[in-house]
Amino acid sequence: MTGFDASAGDLVADELACRRGERLIFRGLNCRLPPGGALVLTGANGSGKSSLLRLLATLLAPAAGEVKWAGLPVAADIQRYRGSLHYVGHLDAIKPALGVGETLRFWAGMRGIAKPPIDAALGAFALESMTDWPCRYLSAGQRRRLALARLIAAPAPLWLLDEPIAALDADGEQRLVAAIETHRATGGRVVVATHQPLALADPQIVALEDFAPALGDPADEPFTGF
Amino acid sequence: MAPYTELFRREVLLALRQGGEIGLALGFFVLAVVLFPLGVGPEAELLRRIGAGVIWVAALLAAVLSLDRLFAADYADGGLDLLVLSAMPLEGAVLAKCAAHWVTTGLPLTLISPFLAALVDMDAAAIPVLALGLLLGTPALSLLGAIAAALTLGARRPGVLSSLIVLPLYLPVLIFGAGAVEAGIAGGGARPYLLLLGALTLAALPLAPLATAAALRQALD
Repeated sequence: MTGFDASAGDLVADELACRRGERLIFRGLNCRLPPGGALVLTGANGSGKSSLLRLLATLLAPAAGEVKWAGLPVAADIQRYRGSLHYVGHLDAIKPALGVGETLRFWAGMRGIAKPPIDAALGAFALESMTDWPCRYLSAGQRRRLALARLIAAPAPLWLLDEPIAALDADGEQRLVAAIETHRATGGRVVVATHQPLALADPQIVALEDFAPALGDPADEPFTGF
Repeated sequence: MAPYTELFRREVLLALRQGGEIGLALGFFVLAVVLFPLGVGPEAELLRRIGAGVIWVAALLAAVLSLDRLFAADYADGGLDLLVLSAMPLEGAVLAKCAAHWVTTGLPLTLISPFLAALVDMDAAAIPVLALGLLLGTPALSLLGAIAAALTLGARRPGVLSSLIVLPLYLPVLIFGAGAVEAGIAGGGARPYLLLLGALTLAALPLAPLATAAALRQALD
């Protein structure tokens, strides 16, 4: 197997640049995430936090540079890399007609996990009393909790979280921080884009503003493809 | 194998729970066929002649009507991102979704078609040919329809646009499907038509998921 070992080696962003439509969002972005590390992305609206997360999740292709894990470009074995990451975006992928437990079991199954720890996952976000509820009755905060419970239901070494505490109450936020710290204690890593400060131990901060293209940057030419 | 069956199971479950989904396609199919005698007049001779074509056209339209539920909801709620990141290739996810779509549209249409055939006074010998043709041809409708459904994600009127894209692609299925029944009525000779319908489905089976997955990746960028 030419793949990387998902538990060792650093996740590295190497001179990443991101272009959305005609606009260059950021360029020359370098960062490094060792096992057990936490990366916090900060920046104004539109500075590229979500784009960077989608880029790390291989949902977007970088305009330049590459993402590497343990020295290997993730594109070399993309299926395996995807299998070792969790992406929780703004949208929660919850179907109103499915139950809470069903939703968790389905997404764990889609990651190839036959017997997911559903009870532990629901318990971690205090959802155990509503296992059989149809998701259409969930509030915004409960939907968010359910989306985050996917992290526990199907273990993966890398968590990519986009504004995870939006809509969460204080209790939910505490539970998320606890889940992240437990995850890190076992060598897991996490990248969080957030506006509100999150009480993580020893986080690495990446301010997206530092990588914004300067006005008149030669790299920021209008898109002239096709 | 597990993710494929898991996705297939969820898609069928969603179609069943969201009530109308299956009933909508079936109801449309039945109504469209029933409307024809009211429009062209109840002469049995005329109905017998156009019956096969009417049933096939109605099946095509019913399939088109249900295409938007293939990917639109997953696109809107972020589920498509997670399908891309799941333990199976996106092409596999498309195949599982098409299979579920067929089970909840093509298969019920096929099962109900003998009753509609009786309604247009179709020759008794041709009814099994009609049902067999639908059984072989409707999977191609789901597979080809997936391409259009994926291409029109994010468009303002995806339903209208995807029907414009997909109906021309359905022409061979319509021609061979109706042709098989004609040949069946004329007495035997339906076999080549049915084989061609099967060939269309077999060709779409690997090609449509490839095209659909490419269109989905485009939509996510």
